[in-house]
Amino acid sequence: MAALVPDGVDPVVLAVRGDVVVIRVGEVVVKAHEPGADPAVLGARMRLAGDPRLSGLLLPPLDVSPVLVHGRVVTTWPLGRPVPERDPETAPLEEAARLLAALHEFKPADFAGVQPPSGAPHRFARTVADLRASGLGGDARKVLRAFATLPPVDAPAHLAVCHGDWHLGQMVEAGGWRLIDVDDLGVGDPAWDLARPAALHAAGVLDAETWGRFLDAYTAAGGAAVSAVDPWAALDVPARALVVQMAARALLASQRDGKPLDEAQEALVESCDRIVSAHPHMARG
Amino acid sequence: MQCPKCHANMRTYDRMGVHIDQCDGCRGVFLDYGELEAITRLETQMAAPPPPPPAAYPPPGYAQPAPAWGAPQVHYGHHGHRRKHGGLAGLFYSS
Repeated sequence: MAALVPDGVDPVVLAVRGDVVVIRVGEVVVKAHEPGADPAVLGARMRLAGDPRLSGLLLPPLDVSPVLVHGRVVTTWPLGRPVPERDPETAPLEEAARLLAALHEFKPADFAGVQPPSGAPHRFARTVADLRASGLGGDARKVLRAFATLPPVDAPAHLAVCHGDWHLGQMVEAGGWRLIDVDDLGVGDPAWDLARPAALHAAGVLDAETWGRFLDAYTAAGGAAVSAVDPWAALDVPARALVVQMAARALLASQRDGKPLDEAQEALVESCDRIVSAHPHMARG
Repeated sequence: MQCPKCHANMRTYDRMGVHIDQCDGCRGVFLDYGELEAITRLETQMAAPPPPPPAAYPPPGYAQPAPAWGAPQVHYGHHGHRRKHGGLAGLFYSS
């Protein structure tokens, strides 16, 4: 990575998530993507992020072509200022909602060639597979029973350009708020971009006022993912999927780190029980 | 009109929208076609509890109910309650 950045500036590690490493060198951010990341698919996602029509929504990369450094796929980005954590009052929820609503106006046909699929359903399926493979019992069985209530999630009726893994950590201020992290960017059901806050709200973790600010701003901006009259018609399945995904990740992390679940994670597991109760005929588990 | 039973004169009364012909002699009552049903309907309406007031249209957004499987929602009147379970923390990670 050093070859990509100016000499004489010390790199600062911004984030390490598993094998993914993000460092800052001066005004440049360098990301080493997951080992095994497909440079062709990532390149297609980078070209979307670099499309001038999306430049007010997605942070454009410094170079749309990923490079290989010691076998790792690496991308470079301008520096942005992240959202300060955990302050509901100042969190840019409305800005996030407007960015997503504007992104969802773009359809696959607006871009030349075949666009990559949104990574959200794949991320979900991969997490459930990891939980199955973990051999965990107890709470893991509750999560897998809740998973069994879900219909197939790989054939969305409504297609739009989606971020694929939206949360507040996926925004920076760089001449206005922009979405970052293109690893799951692509074409899919836009309701999945609202699924994480929807799931946290339904699980009782995210309060109604904060959720309402986000949802109201999204529908007021004409967001295509949900109807303002009955948003849960479109949110129900992806929100259930995100409850399952977040509960599964929590259990896997708890097993890995030998730590008990925190209150929010317990609430997600309890939600799996309620999902099963609300869908008695489907939860085969 | 003459009473079919005692042949005395019958008078027409209007009771709550139902036409009733009553005999001045024997006080017998004659109902036209459909009037028995109309009386039954009135009786049912009187016995039934008043209809519930129309549901207030929910204000947009945070009054939107969560799905059937949603957790019972706390009313967050105080800022201190808002961070129950960690508030926004779950919105900062790709968990």
